[in-house]
Amino acid sequence: MEGGGAQMKVCVIGCGAVGSLFAAHLGKLDDVEVWAYDVVDAHVDAINENGLRIVGREEFTAPVNARTDPADIPACELGIVATKAMFTEAAIRAAAPIFAEGAVCSVQNGVGNEEVIAEYVPQVIRGTTFPAGHVVEPGVVGMDTGGDTTIGPFEDKPAPMEAVEKLADACTRGGMNTIALDDARGAQWTKVIFNAASNPLGALTGLTHGRLCELATTRELISALVAEGVAVATALGIKLDGDPDALIDHAAKVAYDHKASMLQDALAHRPTEIETLNGGIVRFGQDTGVPTPLNEAIAALIRGMEHAWTSQPQEVVG
Amino acid sequence: MRVCVIGAGTIGSLIAGHVGRTCDVQVLTRRQEHADALNAAGQQISGKHEHVAPVRATADAAELDEFDVGVIAVKANDLDVTAARLAGLSPNAAMMTIQNGIGAEEVVHRHGDWPIISAVTFMSGIRHSDSHVQYELDTATWMGPWAQTGTDYALVEEMANLMIASGLEAEPMPDLLPAQWSKLIFNSAVNGVAALTGLPHVELFAHEDEPADLGHVVHALIDEGKAVAAAAGIELHDDPWEMNCLAVARGETNKGDYAHLPSMLEDVLAQRPTEIEFIGGALVREGERLGVPTPLQAAVYRLIKAKEASWKVAVHR
Repeated sequence: MEGGGAQMKVCVIGCGAVGSLFAAHLGKLDDVEVWAYDVVDAHVDAINENGLRIVGREEFTAPVNARTDPADIPACELGIVATKAMFTEAAIRAAAPIFAEGAVCSVQNGVGNEEVIAEYVPQVIRGTTFPAGHVVEPGVVGMDTGGDTTIGPFEDKPAPMEAVEKLADACTRGGMNTIALDDARGAQWTKVIFNAASNPLGALTGLTHGRLCELATTRELISALVAEGVAVATALGIKLDGDPDALIDHAAKVAYDHKASMLQDALAHRPTEIETLNGGIVRFGQDTGVPTPLNEAIAALIRGMEHAWTSQPQEVVG
Repeated sequence: MRVCVIGAGTIGSLIAGHVGRTCDVQVLTRRQEHADALNAAGQQISGKHEHVAPVRATADAAELDEFDVGVIAVKANDLDVTAARLAGLSPNAAMMTIQNGIGAEEVVHRHGDWPIISAVTFMSGIRHSDSHVQYELDTATWMGPWAQTGTDYALVEEMANLMIASGLEAEPMPDLLPAQWSKLIFNSAVNGVAALTGLPHVELFAHEDEPADLGHVVHALIDEGKAVAAAAGIELHDDPWEMNCLAVARGETNKGDYAHLPSMLEDVLAQRPTEIEFIGGALVREGERLGVPTPLQAAVYRLIKAKEASWKVAVHR
């Protein structure tokens, strides 16, 4: 990256699978200088040495300036937060000085991430993304699925629409199709309702998405969870951009064998994103006076499951 | 009194190993090696009590001598097949069911006209071998006449006294339903949550201070169960939430004494069919029959059925 003054600086916070997809695609553009903040030394070193490499659906390598210390990153006009939800607060607190004059967009799972980011930076963009991947090895990320990203100003601390459009334009030109909307809540809530109704059931039962939908017992439970989420979205005045129940059935056809990320987390005994999925629906339900007993129960069961991984039965008992 | 223990799992072994000291006890096992081991060594008890009781065991129901009370101590899922093996035997005997949940009496009744003693037990143990079981929790077994067969209460008292004389804790009750339902509701919540989370019955199950605490879901499941019981006209013997709090308090204060996993979690860990149909499933169906909504009980029931389905996939692969 030669330092042309006209270059736009973008920093990705959390350069895991999804963050790397954004960083690498943006890194293909001559007019964008891409920075990345991540806490994994080996990944950061490999990116700086060899560039960030994407394999799978697309294969290319792009230049990215990766750092483990946000103090080593210059001021940027745009940011993309792609950490797992439980690391949002720590990451944005550390990285906030980079965006004193900038706008920061969440592309994380669930709801409630933007609220956390808004505590630390002046301009926030709400975002929802579908592309997914996995880290193959340090500096190399596999792109598993494509899809759109939808972004819009975050209502409580909105970034100007020009900033939203600038980010959408850059991502789209880089190859990550991104749609800028005045109100991006519909896309986000459609996805969170979909995820909250299906992912934790996979984690609790061990079933793939297709199998969950095939069994009448779980398919009915999915619909009951969807109904609670839709009620909360409606109370918030959000117009969904799709029918989550129909999306569930569609996914059963196209992703029958897919193990939801939360099932993968459960199998690996990693903390899940329950707090921004069902936990998020429950919190917004409380704010709007909409009861969400099933989402509450599912969230409690997943938290219990996480607790079981972190404690040996004998120690808990004794 | 002549007793026959049918099914020598943990509970069956504990009963045979105690009452075998005070009266004639036969044991019907599933495997002949199991019967051989018992005939050779007797039933050894360790833990809370230490002794060996003589028993006569067989794996062939046709070889059983006449008995007065049959204690059917197989898992609820094996009840139908087991009761079918007993059909026509000891027509003058009474049968005692001691399974988790509700509905065991109906299953046995389909296979014979024996008067039925309903029982629920809170004792627990660990089976170390075919002839050795460790007596862990020495809590009571409650029993009462099953109304549908008009069982003589004097017989229930006689059986309870026999168990007490042999060192077990037992209590006869003219109407077991209040106690049976207390345990049903307790099990539906605690076993269901344990089976889904992988947590043993630890203090977390009683935590309600923070909104995210696990106790809320346990309490909500119990409340749904209590609503069904109320609609069925059953006044509970114990409050299931208090049972939950007491059980975890005992675990916390009395280290090691409660290193005991709910049976449904044991089943899940071993990928065995659980007793969910007799516990949460039965409660949900009772709720439907009585017009009481049980959305959370239904969710737990459905998730456990789905979890069982996930093992079937693995087996067929």
